[in-house]
Amino acid sequence: MIDGLLIGLSTALSLKMILMVVAGCLIGTFIGMLPGLGPMSIIAIMIPVAISMGDPAGAIILLAGVYYGAIFGGSTSSILINAPGVAGTVATSFDGYPLARAGKAGKALTIAAISSFCGGTIGAVLLMIFAPVLASVALLFHSAEYFALMVVGLSAIAAFSSNGQVSKALAMTLLGLMLATVGESALYNMPRFTYGLLNLQSGIGFITLAMAMFALPEAIFLILDPARTKPKSEQENAVKDLRITKEEAKTIAPVIARQSFLGFFIGVLPGAGATIASFLGYAVERNLSTKDEQKEFGNGSIKGLAAPETANNAACTGSFVPLLTLGIPGSGTTAILLGALIALNVTPGPRLMVDQPEIFWSVIISMYIGNLVLLVLNLPLIPYIAKILTVPRSYLIPFILFFTLMGVYIGQNNAAELLILIGLGVMACIFRVAGYPLAPLLIGFILGPMLENNFSRSIQLYDGIGFLWQRPMTGSLLAIAIVLVLLPTIRAFLSRRRNTI
Amino acid sequence: MSLERSLALFFLTISIIYGYTAFFVIDVNLPPFAKMSPVWPSSFPKILASMGVVIGFFLVLSKPGPNTKTELDLQQLQIYSWFPAFSLLGMMVAYALLLRPMGFIVSTFSFLVIGAMVLGERKLFLLSIVSVIGSGGIWYLVQEVLGIYLRPWPWFLSGGF
Repeated sequence: MIDGLLIGLSTALSLKMILMVVAGCLIGTFIGMLPGLGPMSIIAIMIPVAISMGDPAGAIILLAGVYYGAIFGGSTSSILINAPGVAGTVATSFDGYPLARAGKAGKALTIAAISSFCGGTIGAVLLMIFAPVLASVALLFHSAEYFALMVVGLSAIAAFSSNGQVSKALAMTLLGLMLATVGESALYNMPRFTYGLLNLQSGIGFITLAMAMFALPEAIFLILDPARTKPKSEQENAVKDLRITKEEAKTIAPVIARQSFLGFFIGVLPGAGATIASFLGYAVERNLSTKDEQKEFGNGSIKGLAAPETANNAACTGSFVPLLTLGIPGSGTTAILLGALIALNVTPGPRLMVDQPEIFWSVIISMYIGNLVLLVLNLPLIPYIAKILTVPRSYLIPFILFFTLMGVYIGQNNAAELLILIGLGVMACIFRVAGYPLAPLLIGFILGPMLENNFSRSIQLYDGIGFLWQRPMTGSLLAIAIVLVLLPTIRAFLSRRRNTI
Repeated sequence: MSLERSLALFFLTISIIYGYTAFFVIDVNLPPFAKMSPVWPSSFPKILASMGVVIGFFLVLSKPGPNTKTELDLQQLQIYSWFPAFSLLGMMVAYALLLRPMGFIVSTFSFLVIGAMVLGERKLFLLSIVSVIGSGGIWYLVQEVLGIYLRPWPWFLSGGF
């Protein structure tokens, strides 16, 4: 571990990598501040740039920086204009915006930045401790266990991200898996589901799908509903004094300590992620507060601001655990990062730490640097970066659409891919309107080829599907997957039945 | 029929078409030696199709959730800006079709200018300057910095398609 850490330090502390982190954090903050643009869209837009660099360590460090910057930027727009750029920062606006309205926007931003820094940094320490342990356990897994583990991951994502409607999330996961089978199969290179179209021969591009599922629908919703980008008055956006008092620091310190751990462990669970961590963190701190303090929640409580900010950043770090150690993304954002790594010929999983320690450890080290950059560089720049909130939507939206198109075109160099993007993007809008979650589709799409490869390999090894019951670990994992899917369904059925009675 | 139910039906249809292809089309050209293998290219899709049909039927037949939160409030459809949304989607299609023949700079400049005008921008001079800088800057970044070829000018200025 010490050797790996040293390798990571030497890679991450090179001038190029530090510049990558700084650039990523700045770009992420800048774009993440735009209402409606979440980290998934920003990372999707940045992927072609990262891939064209050709350096996996640099690319993933840049994208991780963008991720952190976007979360930080999203918090800023939540606090300043009550327009969360991403679901994970919705809870931040509960108390951040009232603080800003009371003329304490600078103080609120500082608390958010310190909480994010501490949450992210403690999360990175926990990641450093837990990731190698989990990776060493995962090294004992065979393809049958991997197959079962991916089924568990997909079931958990469907169960947690479905907002109570597991069947919809399962349908989206299956749709993602189906889309992943389009094109030449790994077995005998046979074309599947191309229906004679040459453009589908090499399958649907991962960037195309990521853009279609996230960047394009968000831009279309911004056009459809102008209120999403409605600028508030200059007075409300003004950022003045950034200092906090000693008493305030003492008040938020225990909150930060608690929420760093809570957020991290929620982030590790597939499908839970930053949104659940931030809401749960907010609820936990509210319950732990005195009755007088509870009255402040929703009206500008600094505890209410520190809790979700710490939890969502710690959860973001936690979501890297399954990604780096098992190769299973826990959220839409880490799914996009996984896709980017695969495009760079890096396969995350337990072997990553052994085969490419410079990538594994430099990502972890870059998290410390990223958090430091956000605190030291971005916080003082916030009053200037916040000017982006005044850019008229008539300029902003065409540029977002253009970057979406460009991202796909650069990646594939094929104009037909742009038409696929538009078609899938329109479908994604309709699905979102009907309440179908899109993250499971993308995760299914990215995990699809790995799932199929492990499934095929296991069948070949065992000459049939005997591995499902002959290997106890595989059987147990599949049983967990079934429970994960059935439990919310049964609970929903029982509660509906209780209501009718 | 509600949007939720229509999408459930759409998913079921997709699963049935996918299943038909998996069960009856893919294996037609499978080489004889491959048929000896316990796993075929159609094996995994067959499982997906079966699960898709089951979940599709479940979605079609089940009652829609009582508290489905959606991105847009469907009760207020008339307040949304449909014309700009459809216009920009149309422009994206046009951009995709014209990118190669018209070249990157001309297509991008036109897309940015017309797109902003559709969204209500009327300061044409400023808009043109921003669009020229935007399209030229991105072209330079992609072509010169990232090294990805993008033809800048239309076919008649660049020696044909």
